[in-house]
Amino acid sequence: MVEKTPILDAFTYIFLMVGIIIVGSPIIYAIIAATLPIEDVSRVPMPLIPGDQFWVNMRAAWDKGDLGTQLFNSFIMASGITIGKITVSMLGAFSIVYFDYRFRTLAFVTVFCTLMLPVEVRILPTYEMAANLFGPLQSIWDLLHLNSVMSWFANHEVDVSLNFSLLDSYGGLIFPLVASATCTFLFRQFFLTVPEELCEAAKMDGASAMTFFRKILLPISKTNMAALVVIEFVYGWNQYLWPLLITTNPKMTTAVIGLQNLIPQADDLPFWNVAMAGALIVMAPPILVVLLMQRWFVKGLVDPEK
Amino acid sequence: MIKRSVFTNRKLPYLLILPQILVTVTFFYWPAAQGLFQSLMISDPFGLHNTFVWFDNFIALFKDPLYLKSVVITLTFSACTAFVSISMGLFIATMANRALRFKAFIRTMLIWPYAVAPAISGILWLFLLHPSYGVVALALKRWFGFEWNPVLVGHDAMIMVILASAWKQVSYNFVFFMAGMQAIPHSLIEAASMDGASPFRRFWAITLPLLSPTLFFVTVMNIIYAFFETFGVIHTVTQGGPGGATNILVYKVYQDGFIGLNLGSSAAQSIVLMSLIILITVLQFKYVERKVQYTG
Repeated sequence: MVEKTPILDAFTYIFLMVGIIIVGSPIIYAIIAATLPIEDVSRVPMPLIPGDQFWVNMRAAWDKGDLGTQLFNSFIMASGITIGKITVSMLGAFSIVYFDYRFRTLAFVTVFCTLMLPVEVRILPTYEMAANLFGPLQSIWDLLHLNSVMSWFANHEVDVSLNFSLLDSYGGLIFPLVASATCTFLFRQFFLTVPEELCEAAKMDGASAMTFFRKILLPISKTNMAALVVIEFVYGWNQYLWPLLITTNPKMTTAVIGLQNLIPQADDLPFWNVAMAGALIVMAPPILVVLLMQRWFVKGLVDPEK
Repeated sequence: MIKRSVFTNRKLPYLLILPQILVTVTFFYWPAAQGLFQSLMISDPFGLHNTFVWFDNFIALFKDPLYLKSVVITLTFSACTAFVSISMGLFIATMANRALRFKAFIRTMLIWPYAVAPAISGILWLFLLHPSYGVVALALKRWFGFEWNPVLVGHDAMIMVILASAWKQVSYNFVFFMAGMQAIPHSLIEAASMDGASPFRRFWAITLPLLSPTLFFVTVMNIIYAFFETFGVIHTVTQGGPGGATNILVYKVYQDGFIGLNLGSSAAQSIVLMSLIILITVLQFKYVERKVQYTG
């Protein structure tokens, strides 16, 4: 800093230590609990010296919560959302920034109206939509009384009901959450900062739009993509409300939801050691992603335009 | 905004934007319209007949003492959560910005809770603050004679969900404040210290005012987080209880719609929340535009 303030500096580090410990305390406590046998974890106060039951508890959590299946589902959902969002939004932003066409502004406004609306505020109708993806077509069909028209033509009773459900499927877990404008907005901002000369040069050399996209835009967007991979993977993995609604089959649910089954209820034996072991397993993948890709993540979160 | 040099192609731009429009319309516009439609209807208990009732659902909603209670609870909850996580994040970021050594280590140690799901954060804190097994309840009782019981007492439950929700948000705020502070020109700080301003004075007179755009943005994001994403915390930890003491609006939409099957009311509640978000977004964009003008 500017001047020498040894006392204040000492306090700085002390406060930082305390801060790190406070931030870390829930997890430290969870790790200790996950190493203890049931007799110790239900003692009050719980001993703060780690035991040797870590792998036993991990194993118990894994089997009891069926974590293998659910972690796989979480992984599919998180990667699906990540890949889907980045692909859809990159193409969309490319179309909006690099082309001039009649409905460009309309497309832009349509997409950006959804910028901040989280899935939580429109759960019920979105659920109905996912329960029958052809719902809108069905309504139009009914509205036009096409059933009776068809009956008249075919000379016998016709009843058309269109039904295509996304419940309990990976598609249902992924697609509704791909509908978000945030990534498109970020890519648009980034594409606008790309020098005009790049596009002019590419056009001069006779590159088509898609060649320009593949050979120039894609490589220079790598940092942004890396940042979004981290943010969207964490977002997808940590989803709660949507998977809770859309899946009823325990084989199709995600790990964060499944963890609920491991929490001891009032009349159970207090298997908090197993619950904590399960929590550690389920939170590990997104934490690893954030820590390993820390540099891109911080840049992408704070400074998406560069 | 658009580029000066653009590609000319008749079909390609439509093809490129098509997936985005398709998912947006299917999973956003149609459900939103459906919700709006439903909020003006009352359906009978078997879901066979719908009656158009204009704004009766909304009127009933704002006359319902349970809903008004939930509004108050949500406001308290999000204000406290935002305050705790922002002040904690700001404090730690200020300290970390002063530290000259171990910067990377400090950042790593503070950043990881961002990746923890709200629901899992809830489970961790539920255990830490558990009335019969948690260490905090015991310490409070032994040292202060205070009976801590978030399972039965509304206030205690509220404190528990606030802590669980604020905890993971501290790292998000920390990242933004760190970046904001690093963007403040060092010459300003140096000039102030030449003039004899103490570190505390410099924080209040220079750092904090220059951090105000960040502070504003972070506040908006924290409030949105507290309003919506904390569903997982509430669902794992209290289920809105005890006695509705932590029944925030998002949880009420879920309860009334999916558990109580009161579709009209649930849809009306969704519409209220949607309008709220739109209002916040508009406000934020207005502010962001002003900020752009300031910086030229």
